[in-house]
Amino acid sequence: MSSVHDGIRAAPEGNALSIVRPDDETMVVRLAGAWRIDRGVPPTAPVVQALASPPRVRRLTFDASALRDWDSGVLAFLGRVSALGRAQGVDVEREGLPSGIQRLLALSEAVPEATARPRLARLGFLGGVGQATLAAVASAVDFLGFLGEVTLGIGRIARRQARYRTADLLLLMQQVGADALPIVTLISFLVGAILAFVGAVQLEQFGAAIYVANLVGIAMVREMGAVMTGIVMAGRSGASFAAQLASMKVTQETDALTTTGLSPLEFLVLPRVIALCLMMPLLCLYADLVGILGGAAVGTGMLGLPLRTYLQQTAGAVSVGDMAGGVFKASVYGILIAIAGCMRGMASGRSSSAVGEATTSAVVSSIVLIITACGIFSVVFYVLGI
Amino acid sequence: MPADDAHIEVRHLTMAYGSFVIMRDLDFTIRRGDIFIIMGGSGCGKSTLLQHMIGLLEPAAGEIVYDGESFTSADVAERTRMLRRFGVLYQGGGLWSSMTLAENIGLPLNQFTPLAPAQIRELASLKLSLVGLKGFEDFYPSEISGGMQKRAGLARAMALDPEVLFFDEPGAGLDPISSRRLDDLILELRDSLGATVVIVTHELASIFAIGTNSVFLDAASRTMTAIGPPKVLRDQSPDPDVRRFLRRGENGGA
Repeated sequence: MSSVHDGIRAAPEGNALSIVRPDDETMVVRLAGAWRIDRGVPPTAPVVQALASPPRVRRLTFDASALRDWDSGVLAFLGRVSALGRAQGVDVEREGLPSGIQRLLALSEAVPEATARPRLARLGFLGGVGQATLAAVASAVDFLGFLGEVTLGIGRIARRQARYRTADLLLLMQQVGADALPIVTLISFLVGAILAFVGAVQLEQFGAAIYVANLVGIAMVREMGAVMTGIVMAGRSGASFAAQLASMKVTQETDALTTTGLSPLEFLVLPRVIALCLMMPLLCLYADLVGILGGAAVGTGMLGLPLRTYLQQTAGAVSVGDMAGGVFKASVYGILIAIAGCMRGMASGRSSSAVGEATTSAVVSSIVLIITACGIFSVVFYVLGI
Repeated sequence: MPADDAHIEVRHLTMAYGSFVIMRDLDFTIRRGDIFIIMGGSGCGKSTLLQHMIGLLEPAAGEIVYDGESFTSADVAERTRMLRRFGVLYQGGGLWSSMTLAENIGLPLNQFTPLAPAQIRELASLKLSLVGLKGFEDFYPSEISGGMQKRAGLARAMALDPEVLFFDEPGAGLDPISSRRLDDLILELRDSLGATVVIVTHELASIFAIGTNSVFLDAASRTMTAIGPPKVLRDQSPDPDVRRFLRRGENGGA
């Protein structure tokens, strides 16, 4: 077996790995040519084979005299070969390697300055379900806690004890209110038109086409105006609140507020809650009107109803009570969106992926809260006969 | 190639944001194997210069040349090829927070080499062990300390075995011992990998410990006012501002 080439691997790129046994005790790993990672890494398998084949190897040395070029691929290979050799009680001598490689190998084998803490073991399915349940309960408790803090904060604002900047509040009102008009216009016009289409096809069958006006008017004013505005604002403002507060957390701006003696809750959260709570009813009223116009466009264009008749029919169908109910709901949705957005933002972790998670969960929780509240309102309004 | 040939040349570079000129007429050469320091007071445009050198910002005039090949006038494909020979350590580490450390280092390997996942993983572990972070492969950047993030960032910068390593304020936010250790690591890597190192910093300890050559950017005159090995500049620069900077504001003497 001695002095025989156990295996030569000459690759077309001009690099080679060969293993030589000059005597019974010694094994020489010879690297030649240029080994760069873009052309692959020297394979360990031949070395493993050679180490396992008799006679037993006592000394492992390297010959890199023909190695023209190397990078970390070679380093990884040599590290692995050294570890394999040592595991089998072989003396590994690295003197035949370029000094750069020797130093880097020594550096990589040095005792790390810090050791990794043991991580929590992964939970099984049941454990996962349990953990998710506990997290859901904790999140509900957090939401209630946050709602409580916001309520107390609003109390402080009423007593003029809260510290925030009016300029911020006005800017936020513009951002969540006036700036949202285009998207609210588009969505409510289309929702009104879609309702009218659906209604028109059914009502025309028994000559009651004029009642499309009632259908669109009541649906928009009582439910759809508030819900659609709410969903648009959840995606628009709720997400932006969460993203902004979360990035402020990442850049330690919230910490800076706290240490300056300003409460992030009063300074950041309350203006947002108030802005959305004030702007949502206005947006909702606007959405109602645009929705009715969307219905009217279909009523006059498709059913041939005169615009004046359509609007009169709408006015007769919709009461002030309907409108007040819708506007009240919108206000509540506004508070829910702002609280969900701010809460997720304030509870965010300190990394950019945490900002993404905070934004996602803000939108998801806002929409869940809006739909849940909508259901509760329907039942309560029905029981109260509103 | 001989050890002292020009690796990076900055030729008549003018940097500007719109019509606001930050620095004009920067002209210097970085030799292969240099540890080149870009220094100057806060806000003078050191990091901006680095961003120009790695293509994040475009020069208003002049050009940057690597190995005799113009980086500034290169087309997108050529530039991407040149960028792969660079490794950059950003001030805050710049680790991708949605990926583990091993994935951070593996991403460039995965994208630009034909290696199998197991080999990539092994190389990632190797790079982490070089910076003293063995065993942290599956940690997310947010789970480790700032100093460790910096070292992990260095491991990622070395992922593709770069010929040029850029460092933006490597010592910022590190305690003196960690900062010193990072300096040693930079020296060691330069020696064993044969890379050229470009460092933006104003930490004098680092500047004197590892810098082999340097350029001084002066905010007032908006250009470079000195070039040379830091210790020589400290003792012999004709410019009193440069001497004062390198002596921490103490009187520069004659």
